[in-house]
Amino acid sequence: MNFDVLTIDFVRDLILRKETTAQALTKAFYQKIESDDPKIHSYLTLSKERAFAKAAEIDGLADRGEELPRMAGVPVAIKDVFMTKGIQTTAGSRILENFVAPYDATAVERLEAAGAIVLGKLNCDEFAMGSSNENSGYGPVHNPRDLSRVPGGSSGGSAAAVAANMAVATLGSDTGGSIRQPAAFCGVVGLMPTYGRVSRYGLIAFASSLDHVGPLTKTVKDAAIVLQVIAGRDLKDSTSGDVPVQDYVGEIGKPVKGLRVGVPDEYFPAELDPEVRAAVEKTIDDLRTAGCEIKRISLPHTKYAIPTYYLVATAEASSNLARFDGVRYGFRAKGASSLAEMYRKTRDGGFGAEVKRRIMLGTYALSAGYYDAYYLQAQKVRTLLARDFQKAFEDVDVIVTPTTPTAAFKLGEKVDDPVSMYLADIFTVTADLVGIPGVSVPCGNTKEGLPIGVQILGRHFDEATVLKVGHVIEHEAAGQP
Amino acid sequence: MKVSEKDVLYVADLANLELTDQERQRMVKDLNSILDHIDMLGQLDTKDVSPMAEVVTLAKGTGAIEGEVAKFEYAMRADEVQPSLSHESAMMNAPDTDGTYFKVPKVIDKGGEVSE
Repeated sequence: MNFDVLTIDFVRDLILRKETTAQALTKAFYQKIESDDPKIHSYLTLSKERAFAKAAEIDGLADRGEELPRMAGVPVAIKDVFMTKGIQTTAGSRILENFVAPYDATAVERLEAAGAIVLGKLNCDEFAMGSSNENSGYGPVHNPRDLSRVPGGSSGGSAAAVAANMAVATLGSDTGGSIRQPAAFCGVVGLMPTYGRVSRYGLIAFASSLDHVGPLTKTVKDAAIVLQVIAGRDLKDSTSGDVPVQDYVGEIGKPVKGLRVGVPDEYFPAELDPEVRAAVEKTIDDLRTAGCEIKRISLPHTKYAIPTYYLVATAEASSNLARFDGVRYGFRAKGASSLAEMYRKTRDGGFGAEVKRRIMLGTYALSAGYYDAYYLQAQKVRTLLARDFQKAFEDVDVIVTPTTPTAAFKLGEKVDDPVSMYLADIFTVTADLVGIPGVSVPCGNTKEGLPIGVQILGRHFDEATVLKVGHVIEHEAAGQP
Repeated sequence: MKVSEKDVLYVADLANLELTDQERQRMVKDLNSILDHIDMLGQLDTKDVSPMAEVVTLAKGTGAIEGEVAKFEYAMRADEVQPSLSHESAMMNAPDTDGTYFKVPKVIDKGGEVSE
């Protein structure tokens, strides 16, 4: 089977035309996972029983000639930070090693309601904290394009599984770049929707004012289809916005002539990798050729985004992760003689080094005497960052930047230097802090053959324009050698 | 050095972490290097800037959405009981339970009498 051509519509058409069945396709994907994943390690758990039951249901619809739902028979997989009823859900952490989710996340429920087949759960950095997937409690993921390199993080398994054709689409979560950065490193499309566009019910919380749910796919159109399925208000998530869902798929392929594209000086610093710069500049030329008006803009507070992010995200994480105490679920350390000792031993034994580092930084930033200097100052700078974008979007419709400052780095290269690891997210964190949507689309390769991603940012709740521009870039990039 | 080993001990205590000697030393080094980077936020004058409370209200007036939306009025909905997890589901991942309640090690030691 040629897995490369399998997009959402292609799969649905195959089943519709009876050229294959959902069950046969599911079986083929599991065979591919069993043969190829040992060297990539993108999956943590396979949910075969659930997958084949859903596939049989889709085949039943096809046999009876009933209408097939939008994602009928499409093999998908889910980052292990989403609750999946009856299936082990670890968040990449040893503290949840034997945790079986008692309910489904809304995004997962909506995917299945649209006919998707959930193949399994995907490896990620522990509690989505990391930029390389090396912080997983279950071992790292390897980049399918070069096994000696990281797939990015924290949705490393989600990007690698799509890149290696072990799922047609996957769900990821993005708190500082965790969908877009791995998408860029693995050469796939990664969409972070607006804050509040997709329900986070059933997403294990990292930083609640920054966590976003979104798809990783092979094509921009597939990202639009998945968003169409999962977007919209959910009464189980009070932060999901009561905002009409746009026709994302309908906008794909429409002309971009006259659209104003902002190019921020701050995202093209002197030290930017020359190959990344060249690929992104070529993309901007392509947009100009397609009739877009290119405007140089400034987002003057850009350099403050990483420090702002690491205060806000860690402060919220230190609070969210207080729930892992060995009482109601997950790992509990043995041999403690008091409740306090049990808490400590459980958290010491269950959390990995990066999670402890972030809990410590967040607790410090919130502690008496430091709150004003750190947390409060960060939330004020966040307002300044938001104003940069509000001002920019008065003059432009989208903003185009590199997704990452370099292509995928080597496994082990940054593990001993947290600040250098954090800087891998320098072009992605700001959108999380401001809540605007962004997509990373492949736009070329380095001489070594590593993928390069371009990021398109848009106004709040305007994913349709972001995706429309992404689609144009994708087609220009495909026309290149 | 902003953060000393004593600070690390104090913060670890607040966070319910113990940390080994080795972890503590590494944490002193890492927190100092991260805080050195974070220091640049102090350069900005923010005395007339209000802290970010919620990002989506920024969407208003941008032209991307029409009318008055994204206000999350339903977050103020009536407090009515909805179906929720069964007792059995809520307990199924418990490390220790008597079938009805979660069991934990003793909280208060009453003069040597051990009660769980």
